Amino acid sequence: MMEAALDQDLTPKADKPEPTRWERFRKVFKGHPMAVVGLIGISMFVLVAILAPWIAPQDPYDLAKLDILDGLLPPGSTLFDGTYSVLGTDALGRDILSGVMYGLRISLFVAFTAVLVGSAIGVLLGLLAALRGGWVETIIMRAVDLKISFPGILLALMLLAIFGTGVDKVIYALIIGAWASKARLVRAVALSEMKKEYIDAARLAGLSDFRIMTRFLLPNSISPVLVVLPMSISGAIGAEATLSFLGVGVPITEPSLGLLIANGNDYLLSGKWWISIFPGLVLVAMVLCINVVSDRLRDHANPYLRAKD
Amino acid sequence: MLSFVLRRLGQSSVLVLIMSVLVFFGMYVVSDPVAVLASDDFTEEDRIALAQELGVDRPLLVQYFSFLSNVARGDFGTSFVYNRPVMDLIIERLPATLEVAFLAIGLGLIIGVPMGIYSGLNRKKRSTKSISFMTTVGYSIPNFWQALLLILVFAVWFRWLPASGRGDTTMLFGIPVSFLNLDGLSHMILPAVNLAIYKICMQTRLARSGTQEVMFQDYMTFARAKGISRARLVRRHLARNILIPIVTITGLELGGLIAFSTVTETVFSWPGIGKLLLDSIHNADRPVVVAYLILIVLMFVVINFVVDVLYALLDPRIRYT
Repeated sequence: MMEAALDQDLTPKADKPEPTRWERFRKVFKGHPMAVVGLIGISMFVLVAILAPWIAPQDPYDLAKLDILDGLLPPGSTLFDGTYSVLGTDALGRDILSGVMYGLRISLFVAFTAVLVGSAIGVLLGLLAALRGGWVETIIMRAVDLKISFPGILLALMLLAIFGTGVDKVIYALIIGAWASKARLVRAVALSEMKKEYIDAARLAGLSDFRIMTRFLLPNSISPVLVVLPMSISGAIGAEATLSFLGVGVPITEPSLGLLIANGNDYLLSGKWWISIFPGLVLVAMVLCINVVSDRLRDHANPYLRAKD
Repeated sequence: MLSFVLRRLGQSSVLVLIMSVLVFFGMYVVSDPVAVLASDDFTEEDRIALAQELGVDRPLLVQYFSFLSNVARGDFGTSFVYNRPVMDLIIERLPATLEVAFLAIGLGLIIGVPMGIYSGLNRKKRSTKSISFMTTVGYSIPNFWQALLLILVFAVWFRWLPASGRGDTTMLFGIPVSFLNLDGLSHMILPAVNLAIYKICMQTRLARSGTQEVMFQDYMTFARAKGISRARLVRRHLARNILIPIVTITGLELGGLIAFSTVTETVFSWPGIGKLLLDSIHNADRPVVVAYLILIVLMFVVINFVVDVLYALLDPRIRYT
């Protein structure tokens, strides 16, 4: 296997037109059916989450529509009002499938918001550290060290124990969990970019720090962050689910997938498995799809492995 | 090396101090222990008496400093709920957490590292592809849901293993442990496996990516050119080099594992410190939460330090001056 790697011709082929964005995108996924499946899966989950109010068989928030007689029905039952329940119902007579669709909305919303905001903060701080240096850098990087030396789930648990629970609080806790690694990543890339001539040229042209940062440094340092972003999102989905499962996450009025699983926890030992298992399956499937795509992106970004593709 | 140690110690004490402030004042803001502990028929006088008894009627700063001076003497106060010294509660539950954590790490290393080296060496094989897919799945399953699956399959459907509790314990040097008798061991298996699955996936991936990187190094090509046997190549040149990140991350993850055992212990009702923390958060048992978090910070500081030193010993290129 090593000989093959060493013999490979690594010089780029000349006079080929620059690939378009779509071609480059296709090249990343070509010959990797798992990653394509992951990509399709992600799109499906996002679509279901967005369309949940229109495609769910039942509105789980509308208490008037629930019937306690429909409680704890196994998958494939027909509800009192004639609705067919593919995945069964929970103790309150809520259709599991509808609950999962709405839960998906909350889980995805929380994770996306937290990771995007957290990463933006992290990127900004990382660039700032690289650009300014000195005490700004010291403070930012010490804060990064402090954050990273502490396990994320415990930090979130602590913050929620202190500030109370709720969707907004979970998002804050996850933002605090997301920024540090990006700051470190961006700073490392930005530091090597800072040594290049275009930055000197921009400085000589008298551009402001802000402009250098947003127009020159940001576009050239952002790609490693984009590569880890999917992993970050799947991590946040898992963290939110865990916190909600432990009862310190989202409130009972806005059940995410984690809370739905917690609701079924009490019924598991009596063999009523569908309440916990279906939301969990969806959770795992979604995280798995994101991780498969994320692995592909990471492998593609690794030049050692790319030479062998 | 000495100045490095001293500087690190200074940094660590500042870190611990900052965390103690955050944790203590944070907990004060959130919970009123009097409201939690007082029953409905309490009069105003009863409440004041209770507040005095708990010492929460004093000014915040006074409380903090008395807390700090007590901690320096190893006294974390008395639990509001159990009415016993917090340290006793934590020490009592620590062995349960540690034995599961160590079993999980052991399983992770024994299964994960060989699997990772194998898949790093045989990139194109079908078995490698399935190992890699398995690790992705293992990474993607949330710990708590995996625990529920284990309970459902092994405790509810097959009825092979108990779903919760610790079972019988055997005294070992005065410490109750579960792994020395059959009943305790059977209670231990599900929580340990639940923690280990993530470990196994992580160790596999670390070993695999380490192998892939090391295989491309010049010294590996040179070693092969010298005609060294494959077994020796793997053992002497490959394993030694990939062990560096694995040791680091295993060390760092030991703290994470103990912290993360909150989830596993809650699901399996395993009476360790993780379950204690979660119960205490729900009961607003402030002294226990504060003590737990401060101890975890201390533990992380120590672990980070030890790992740094180990790193320096394993990799001669790193020298702290």
